[in-house]
Amino acid sequence: MTYDESTAKQLSKDAAEIIGRYPVRRSALLPLLHLVQSVDGYVSPDGVQFCADQLELSSAEVSAVATFYTQYKRRPNGEYQVGVCTNTLCAVMGGDEIWRQLSERVGAGHDETTPDGKISLERIECNAACDYAPVMMINWEFFDNMTPETALQLVDDILAGKDLVPTRGADRVVSFKETSRVLAGFEDGRADEGVSAGAPSLAGIETAKQQGWKGQDK
Amino acid sequence: MTDLTPVLSATWGLDRSWNFDTYAAHGGYEAATKALTMDKADIIQAVKDSGLRGRGGAGFPTGMKWGFLPEPDGGPRYLVVNADESEPGACKDVPTMMASPHTVIEGMIITAFAIGCDHAFIYVRGEVVHVYRRLMKAVAEARDNGWLGKDIKGTGFNLEITVHAGAGAYICGEETALLDSLEGRRGQPRLKPPFPAVAGLYARPTVVNNVESIASVPPIIAKGVDWFASMGTEKSKGMGFFSLSGHVKRPGQYEAPLGITARELIEMAGGMREGHELKFWTPGGSSTPIFTDEHLDTPLDYESVGAAGSMLGTRSLQIFDETTCVVRAVERWTHFYKHESCGKCTPCREGTYWLELIMRRLEAGQGTMADIQQLLDTCDSIAGRAFCALGDAATAPIISSVEYFREEYVRHVTEGGCPFDRAAAALFDYDSAPEEAHA
Ligand SMILES: Cc1cc2nc3c(=O)[nH]c(=O)nc-3n(C[C@H](O)[C@H](O)[C@H](O)COP(=O)(O)O)c2cc1C
Ligand code: SF4
Repeated sequence: MTYDESTAKQLSKDAAEIIGRYPVRRSALLPLLHLVQSVDGYVSPDGVQFCADQLELSSAEVSAVATFYTQYKRRPNGEYQVGVCTNTLCAVMGGDEIWRQLSERVGAGHDETTPDGKISLERIECNAACDYAPVMMINWEFFDNMTPETALQLVDDILAGKDLVPTRGADRVVSFKETSRVLAGFEDGRADEGVSAGAPSLAGIETAKQQGWKGQDK
Repeated sequence: MTDLTPVLSATWGLDRSWNFDTYAAHGGYEAATKALTMDKADIIQAVKDSGLRGRGGAGFPTGMKWGFLPEPDGGPRYLVVNADESEPGACKDVPTMMASPHTVIEGMIITAFAIGCDHAFIYVRGEVVHVYRRLMKAVAEARDNGWLGKDIKGTGFNLEITVHAGAGAYICGEETALLDSLEGRRGQPRLKPPFPAVAGLYARPTVVNNVESIASVPPIIAKGVDWFASMGTEKSKGMGFFSLSGHVKRPGQYEAPLGITARELIEMAGGMREGHELKFWTPGGSSTPIFTDEHLDTPLDYESVGAAGSMLGTRSLQIFDETTCVVRAVERWTHFYKHESCGKCTPCREGTYWLELIMRRLEAGQGTMADIQQLLDTCDSIAGRAFCALGDAATAPIISSVEYFREEYVRHVTEGGCPFDRAAAALFDYDSAPEEAHA
């Protein structure tokens, strides 16, 4: 293994915490893979070996799991994982055109990373935000009601080194590695940032209020 | 007109609605307080009597599911909340957890207490990092306020909650695939029986419930069985989220009694976008056969939707107007099922591959009349023969769209291309033939 001493030490400490959350060790595998991505930016050969050692599995067993899930990346990922929903609803509402223009501008296709390592592009499946279509996800934060213009602006902002502000999420998008650390179950103190809900989430309660309906008090 | 009944969403508009203090100031944790003084069997009976049916798609009675757990044998029993929400069209659990994670935590406390579980899990899809943050914080707050940990509120009841992030795989929403995934494996469905109630997580008795099912438990305990059962229809009781998306003026979450109709919901959503009319819609997500304007007055309850040839599913109404090509829509859903097929069984693994191939060439105008029949034949070799419900689901949009819109498939063949202008369906303006312009 080629992790330097301090990285290896921190990884082992974090792994122990993750494993401690589960009654059975192997359940820690998915969060451990997110943890590995938070250090290496992808599921590296070292990372696979690390997970295998921690859980007393073979590296083949770890790889078999890692390759099943789309969020685990087999090549070094960009600092920003930029996803455009092209499942039916978003695609029809304009996601296909957003994808076309974005892919052309970035110069990358599905599951490709720009040479400078800034952006990985991905056509994503339904991300549970259909009432905000067309939707994009950047490092798994919500960018709602997108247009080609707002989408291209995000790419310009990434290239200009500006912060990105999700529609519903933290105050700014953190890096792919930082995101992966949260997904490994380590809080980053940003839960209180951002809104509770966007307008579509509130559409029903607004309508009920206007109509004077009080279902909850019945 | 049926009234909307915001219950779970009632607090979403409040400042910092996700905080413990906000939730508690609006009646939060009163149900848990009450439940901890109740007999466990009485809690299960109340959920049975309420008529609550699983909100994750299948509609199985929740109280009955809890009742299937074998007698305690001294070993662990688990509660796993299914927060994988990935069905195309479904978008209710994610906003619930974002705006009011404590609704879910409180429901878990009551459920875990009732079934004798001291370690519960939330399996949340990994592609929603802010939801994961809110859930982790809610667990920490619940612990700080004495609602998790040892000897909760002096009752001797212990409970830990682990929030677990998935890593991108629709099939992990299927409850047994979810359990395999939570055990650190590839998410592939298990043979049933044994059902999770008997041999679930780590082969121990396990209850798997959807986020909305669990979130519905506190109001049932706090406001009572009669209150809940007064909403809805005879066999489909209570309120539920109806998630409207697509070509309506105000897409969003509409919490209403089961049995409301799409006509009523679309009207509440401001109607179809200006100058357009309804063409087709899904009552319960992409896995449920599509409906047309013929079905606008079908009561959206399990029985009526079933009788009309579809399924209530997750009450995810994806609504498309006349600018939408149904072949294009179905081609994309078919791609989704092929992409998400876990590969365990042949009918689905191979079948979805062929379905996508045929749908592709039909949409591109390169198909033949025989392809339309081939589609239906291939669906026939998948439906009812696949290992889990994903295989059946892949056939639902195809079979139903050919039934209602066969002539549109035919036009793709006879005209040698898609007769629709994609730009007309989009929510923003763009030049619809940029490829040609560049060429
Ligand atoms: C392919 C597939 C995907 C599913 N996805 C979900 C999901 O994301 N969330 C969910 O609650 N149930 C999902 N289900 C249904 C679950 O298998 C299960 O019925 C449900 O979690 C039970 O909870 P309930 O009784 O509270 O509805 C899915 C089923 C299948 C076949
Ligand atoms: S039907 Fe599809 S998803 Fe289900 S087990 Fe078979 S291959 Fe896997």
